Amino acid sequence: MLQYVSKRALSMVLVLYIVITATFLLMHSIPGGPFTTEKQLTPEVLRNINARYHLDDPLWKQYIDYMGNILKFDLGPSFKYQDRTVNNIIADGFPVSIQLGTFAVLLAVPFGISAGILASLRHNRPLDYIVMSSSTLGISIPSFILASFLIYFFAFKIKLFPAAMWNGFSYMILPGISLAALPMAVVARLTRSGMLEVLSQDFIRTAKAKGVGKGLIIYRHALKNSLIPVVTYVGPMTAGILTGSFVVESIFNIPGLGRYFVTSIYNRDYTVILGITIFYSALIVIFNFLVDIAYVFLDPRISLDKKGDS
Amino acid sequence: MNTELFKRVDFQLDASYDIGRPSTTYWQDVWRRLNKNKLSILGLIIISFVAIAAIAGPFFTAYSYSDQNLQIANQSPSAVHWFGTDNLGRDLLTRVLYGARISLSIGIVASMSTMIIGVLYGGIAGLSGGRVDTIMMRIIDIVWSIPFLLYVILLMVVLQPGLMNIFIALTLVYWMPMARLVRGQILSLRELEYVLAAKLVGASSWRIIIKHLIPNSFGPILITATLTIPEAIFSEAFLSYIGLGVSAPMASWGVLASEGATSLRSYPFQLFFPAAAICITMLSFNFIGDGLRDALDPRMRK
Repeated sequence: MLQYVSKRALSMVLVLYIVITATFLLMHSIPGGPFTTEKQLTPEVLRNINARYHLDDPLWKQYIDYMGNILKFDLGPSFKYQDRTVNNIIADGFPVSIQLGTFAVLLAVPFGISAGILASLRHNRPLDYIVMSSSTLGISIPSFILASFLIYFFAFKIKLFPAAMWNGFSYMILPGISLAALPMAVVARLTRSGMLEVLSQDFIRTAKAKGVGKGLIIYRHALKNSLIPVVTYVGPMTAGILTGSFVVESIFNIPGLGRYFVTSIYNRDYTVILGITIFYSALIVIFNFLVDIAYVFLDPRISLDKKGDS
Repeated sequence: MNTELFKRVDFQLDASYDIGRPSTTYWQDVWRRLNKNKLSILGLIIISFVAIAAIAGPFFTAYSYSDQNLQIANQSPSAVHWFGTDNLGRDLLTRVLYGARISLSIGIVASMSTMIIGVLYGGIAGLSGGRVDTIMMRIIDIVWSIPFLLYVILLMVVLQPGLMNIFIALTLVYWMPMARLVRGQILSLRELEYVLAAKLVGASSWRIIIKHLIPNSFGPILITATLTIPEAIFSEAFLSYIGLGVSAPMASWGVLASEGATSLRSYPFQLFFPAAAICITMLSFNFIGDGLRDALDPRMRK
């Protein structure tokens, strides 16, 4: 076990290193540098700015400096806002994004699992079709369109929830639903197909024959076994909620990290783009590492020393 | 008693072949199963309709997608402008039809190019095996660990917005699922008995690849390629929403939807039509993909 964990940790560090290097080179390959679009800068000013941000150093030196700073968890200054660093921006935005993301997960997982169970118990009956078709709908409607329609109906038409800003729980509901729709649909589908597969197996029949109650069969025998595919979805779900937060936070004007990221793209604020990308990558890679380890505990069928082909 | 009764019955050799049904090929069988799936057929019909509208539609509207006329700005849908007009007085129906061209071609081109690259990459990895395979798959594993959309965004920041660059960015990222799939298919197929049998009777590796491996992995490839189309359309709309889409006055559905969203309170129809176009198209492609999955692999059917 320890060997497996350390091996995975090592590959995680390698992945992060490669991702950071690649994004660094990508951002520095943009022709003209970050200040060419600014209007009418005299050569002296430009030279000063370049010196201020060490852009006149050779690329390898900038790279080594950047890597050294990352080891100190310093992601550098923002090009656009003189008095702010990328660390400031992350410290401001991330707590908000975490709240919204957690809320979306809390909506998506329990509702998704319940819908999946209900559909599997009513297999090929109206309820199943309703769950399946609404989940196909949930997969097909992009979050930004859902967000706009939710605003239109629940904020403009019946004024139930606020349309934007971030001032407490009621401000979380519409963006939360917009973010949760897709993962909820996927969780429902995964649960349903997992349940259907398990319910047709022999040990379920045995349990029924022994006279185990229906609720107990569903909970103890079927659900626990059918949730393993759902656990594998945790990684992609995090990634989806994260990328979804870019537009959803922008639409609802929520001061989270996703909106800052989109703003930095609009502003072509390259250090912020680079820094937030690295932060997101680290977040997801570490998270996937934890999920992988948890997965080994959850599914005894996985052998630890299998040759790593996925 | 006469010989009449014992006359030989006219015997036709051909008729004996009529016993039983005509044999169906694998793809006829797939088509038959797909035909039974009402939602997939509905999806096919809708997609054909959207495609025809995208190709032919712009010829039948009286407006150009870029003609501005501020006097008729923000008009609601009417007999003259079926979908209304946008804030610059451009006919929204015409723009949605042109947007269909852009969005559909992004989906189809991305699907085709990722298919070609993915099949080549995955095929080479799966056939070579050993160290080449390990290295090729490790590269994908590393790239895979970050959300694809994040890469697309970064690439678009570097490449600058534009239709051609969207093709490039999407292709550079979305070939990976296809490559993984093809590699897995090749790895499992090449161990099967009929490949061994083909080897035994002296078939060359090219013959095995072309006659056995590619046709037998074609089903899953087709499903993935079909599902790449809505994925690409969605990604493009997403990029447009954060300001990295095609440049004005051209407009994809994503651009139209994000323009419409800015005037949501006063003119909801400006968002409604492009949004409906995106949703209906994505829904149809998902229906087709699901139907294909069921039709190609009846054992998976639940």
